[in-house]
Amino acid sequence: MAKKASTSSRKSETATRAGAARRKTARATKADKPAPSAAPAADAGEFVWRRKDLIGLDELSADEIVHILDTAESFKEVSTRSIKKVPALRGKVVGLLFFEDSTRTRMSFELAASRLSADTVLFTAKGSSVAKGETTLDTARNIAAMGVDILVVRHSQSGAAHMLAGKLPVSIINAGDGAHEHPTQALLDIFTIRQRLARVAGLKVAIVGDIAHSRVARSNILGLKKLGADVVVVGPPTLVPGAITAMGCEISHSLDDVLGEVDVINMLRIQFERFQASQFPSLREYSGLFGLTGERLKRCKPDVLVMHPGPINRGVEITSEVADGPNSCILQQVTNGLAIRMAALYLVSQGNK
Amino acid sequence: MGRAELKALGLAIVAEKALAGGGLHLTGRAGTIPPVMKQLLTSDQVQAALDELYEAVCRQLPVNMPIAVIGIRTRGETLAQRIVERLRADRPDLAVDFGVIDIGFYRDDLSRRRGAPLVRATEIDFDLDDAWVLLVDDVMQTGRSVRAALQVLHDFGRPKIIRLAVLIDRGGRELPIAADFVGQHVDVPDESRAQLKLTETDGQEGVYILKKE
Repeated sequence: MAKKASTSSRKSETATRAGAARRKTARATKADKPAPSAAPAADAGEFVWRRKDLIGLDELSADEIVHILDTAESFKEVSTRSIKKVPALRGKVVGLLFFEDSTRTRMSFELAASRLSADTVLFTAKGSSVAKGETTLDTARNIAAMGVDILVVRHSQSGAAHMLAGKLPVSIINAGDGAHEHPTQALLDIFTIRQRLARVAGLKVAIVGDIAHSRVARSNILGLKKLGADVVVVGPPTLVPGAITAMGCEISHSLDDVLGEVDVINMLRIQFERFQASQFPSLREYSGLFGLTGERLKRCKPDVLVMHPGPINRGVEITSEVADGPNSCILQQVTNGLAIRMAALYLVSQGNK
Repeated sequence: MGRAELKALGLAIVAEKALAGGGLHLTGRAGTIPPVMKQLLTSDQVQAALDELYEAVCRQLPVNMPIAVIGIRTRGETLAQRIVERLRADRPDLAVDFGVIDIGFYRDDLSRRRGAPLVRATEIDFDLDDAWVLLVDDVMQTGRSVRAALQVLHDFGRPKIIRLAVLIDRGGRELPIAADFVGQHVDVPDESRAQLKLTETDGQEGVYILKKE
């Protein structure tokens, strides 16, 4: 059997080197079209992520959302290995800018970065330059100037991450901005739904609680609608703005009315720290009307999925019996959050060239 | 044949030529200059190369060691699957594990590439420690995919022996890595890309040369 199928002669080494030099020049001048890559191009028709930032689910297409979920699926596998690390972000630095307190989101991002072999630096508002009057943009610029590649930003002002994304060359991931969006939380919620119920389209999801103050609710509504689920938001009129229907969801002021018809119940935390005035007469009345109890769970579909973004106020929005019961996937959400944040960090880093 | 002439051929003729086999047809994404594709090996030649590869592997199988055949996505996976099926049929006395590696997170050009195509999960759900591993890839050129795959394997365990099987060796190595088993050597100019097509992934079989203009 003939071992040589084609007869093209191999180029001399000098010619190859000249070729490499040409490629380098092409990259340095960087026209508007992508520089030729030495690696084989992606198969035609295959979806490719190209975003530098992850600000919210509002600007993402359904394809982009599914791409993040699928990438997270691969990172989930990494977390099951004995060596839970891949070199995808080796040599990169992730800056965690937490102008607002957070423990689990910060830890989740920190661990996600380390599983991608990136280094992390942490900035928290407490006892920092913020106290000395530095602006958000100056703080971010200073940290970016240290050679950080990705900034994970949590801020009490809606739009903070968006503002930074437009002004800094580094990748920005929104880890929660005011009452606007919390994309990685919604993505991990949707990921968990897809994992437990094997689909998202056609499901009916109830989001219960303080809709008015909740960026988790907003990001969830946007993402779920884009993937074809129906959403009903549930809460007292003082915590559910009527205009939320513009996002394509229904409103109900009675949890009991929706129990039987939903596949997923996402119980939001009552955020005591965000209330300016008393928005319901008493905590006891609120949990009586909107708390998810064992008795209410009995009136739901038997395989209803109970979610909570944490931290739980046990006995307020959810009873221990339900939070720790078989329908709950609260801890699974936390586990999945890691895979989602690995995917977010990896994708924005690949999208920023 | 110039690009203008190719364009003038029209889709019908192009499709007809492609169907006839060995002809020219256009491919590529909208907006980019379509590369010219030339068939280098026919379906029969691919089959012969795979037979050659399989027989070479069979001659070197270890005794008294767990055997694992692990393919590198996408077409290395298909080839590995074919090898495993044949091995299980021919040698029912052996226990052969099958795995798939996605090298996406291990590439050495990650910081140069723009955009992120989907990286799928690596599937190695058996113990690699002290195993005899046959790593399978479709077309070997620079050796960089194999380097990445070796790193993945070492994150999963410590195989006793790793052997490398590639269906096509097209030359152009940039790393000191050589295959232990080769189905077919072909000589392709550095600037061209050799692509294997398999029924399972592409609906047809053959090796094609894509010349970037």
